[in-house]
Amino acid sequence: MSTDGVDNSRRRFLTAATSVVGVVGTVGLAIPFISSMNPSARAKAAGAPVEVDISKLEPGGMVTVEWRGKPVWVVRRTEENMKDLQGLADKLADPNSETTQQPEYAKNLHRSRSDTANVIVMVGICTHLGCSPKYRPEMAPADLGADWKGGFFCPCHGSTFDLAGRVFSGVPAPTNLVVPPHIYLSKSVILVGKDGGAA
Amino acid sequence: MDKLIALLGWVDDRFPLSKMWKEHLSEYYAPKNFNFWYFFGSLAILVFVLQIVTGIVLTMYYKPDAEMAFFSVEYIMRDVNWGWFIRYMHSTGASAFFLVVYLHMFRGLMYGSYKKPRELLWIFGVLIYLALMAEAFFGYLLPWGQMSYWGAQVIVNLFAAIPFGIGEPLSEWLRGDFVISDATLNRFFAFHVIALPFVLAALVVVHILALHETGSNNPDGIEIKKNKGPDGIPLDGIPFHPYYTVKDIVGVVVFLMFFFAVVFFAPEMGGYFIEHANFEQADPLKTPAHIAPVWYFTPFYAMLRAVPNMFGSQFPGVAVMGAAIIVLFFLPWIDRSPIKSIRYRGTCFKVALGAFVVSFIVLGWLGTQPVSDLLTLMAQIFTTVYFLYFVALWVIPKYEKTKPVPERLTS
Repeated sequence: MSTDGVDNSRRRFLTAATSVVGVVGTVGLAIPFISSMNPSARAKAAGAPVEVDISKLEPGGMVTVEWRGKPVWVVRRTEENMKDLQGLADKLADPNSETTQQPEYAKNLHRSRSDTANVIVMVGICTHLGCSPKYRPEMAPADLGADWKGGFFCPCHGSTFDLAGRVFSGVPAPTNLVVPPHIYLSKSVILVGKDGGAA
Repeated sequence: MDKLIALLGWVDDRFPLSKMWKEHLSEYYAPKNFNFWYFFGSLAILVFVLQIVTGIVLTMYYKPDAEMAFFSVEYIMRDVNWGWFIRYMHSTGASAFFLVVYLHMFRGLMYGSYKKPRELLWIFGVLIYLALMAEAFFGYLLPWGQMSYWGAQVIVNLFAAIPFGIGEPLSEWLRGDFVISDATLNRFFAFHVIALPFVLAALVVVHILALHETGSNNPDGIEIKKNKGPDGIPLDGIPFHPYYTVKDIVGVVVFLMFFFAVVFFAPEMGGYFIEHANFEQADPLKTPAHIAPVWYFTPFYAMLRAVPNMFGSQFPGVAVMGAAIIVLFFLPWIDRSPIKSIRYRGTCFKVALGAFVVSFIVLGWLGTQPVSDLLTLMAQIFTTVYFLYFVALWVIPKYEKTKPVPERLTS
């Protein structure tokens, strides 16, 4: 091909301009495709906050509700349980909840809102590999040892948590159970998944 | 830069990357006189890619189950992020695919691109067309609307018309049931998303390899390889890249303007691209008042209806419809004229090709209309014209007054 009289700067400009427009178009078209793989409106609606009525929850009892497809536990701990939480610190991996697994208002000994300290809300998914641990409130059962003061036991890999969802040291799970954002709509109704921004 | 060149050398020692680039792009010499009609091959590839990419997203949300299919499509339209956009690109893409393929085929008819030495290239092309029809047919059942359902019912029953006790068991085997049902939907899904896309992709590769073996035809119908320079490069050839890649980019931009105008403003295209009855869920107990295939099938549907029952069987209509497509395979041998391009052929050929195009378009319109005596008569006349074209191609060259074909490309 003859290259006489080629205006190279004009050619470079046109090539660059075409490439830029092409890239902008491709990126623009890529956005809908990538976005389409995010949770759909239905999935988001299914992930909306859920209300839990705890008026019938006895001390020592637990209710499980579904939020974003995951089990969420609400446990009303007994007076005895609340006292037991204080004596466990040396056996726990993160007794003071330093790792952010809970909203600011649940970063305390009992890992719950202070005005209803005995009721705890947790995502019932083991922080190890995602199994759902079992609620084991009984004292010193044969399989969990004489020191067991009630808590959660994961059947998959044997991780154990106390009744505040704090992980014991030396088990596979690395962190405490997650406390989801939640707020009391009234004395007996909790809204899980939303806390009104009051972190 | 040096590192990049070294990397390319490393790859080239192990894979013919530069060799393929040269063979198929930078040193593939195409005739210098390509015109408007040469956009549609590359556009067909563009639409094919678009169909695959949008199709992948649709399969992420679509449910091939008679209970759920219809609602999963509505779910895509309403709840999936950009789902309406991706689905409308896919449904518009189906029509766009046929549009560019029909224009691409018309180009071949005009410039004699099917003639020696490009017979196999043409046959691969007809196979692509057949696979595309199958792909579109299977895909149209998936939304599980009324037209999906009854359209599939009618087409599968065409096979039931085959005589000698073959038809009935064959249609049951195709459906996996006695009517179109969940089993049919599930297998059509498999054909639509796995089987035929693979077949199409393979055929496209074979089609392009055959093209690059013989070299492209052109509006003058002259073999540019007959006039080579001392360097062995055709004197009338220019490298595909950058000359035709740049030209094709212009075609792509213009095409996408029209394509997205339809996607955004008229995705149903007044009932031609997505039929109104398909917004109602399939009901095996109730046929819509008027059923017609999507526009790209209507010419053949009109032929089917034009042929009356004979000997108590509807098979003749099915046979005529099949023959209208099968005859295309024999085109390279039916047309006996050694002259390829319409530019140097006689008036008879131009009239015949014009009549053929008109008959195809009129048949396409007739296929969308409800039957009446007048329209059936018209369908019969134009079906005859369609087939007469092939007779004409066989006969005309004997008496044709052609113009002298130049040695070199004219413009």
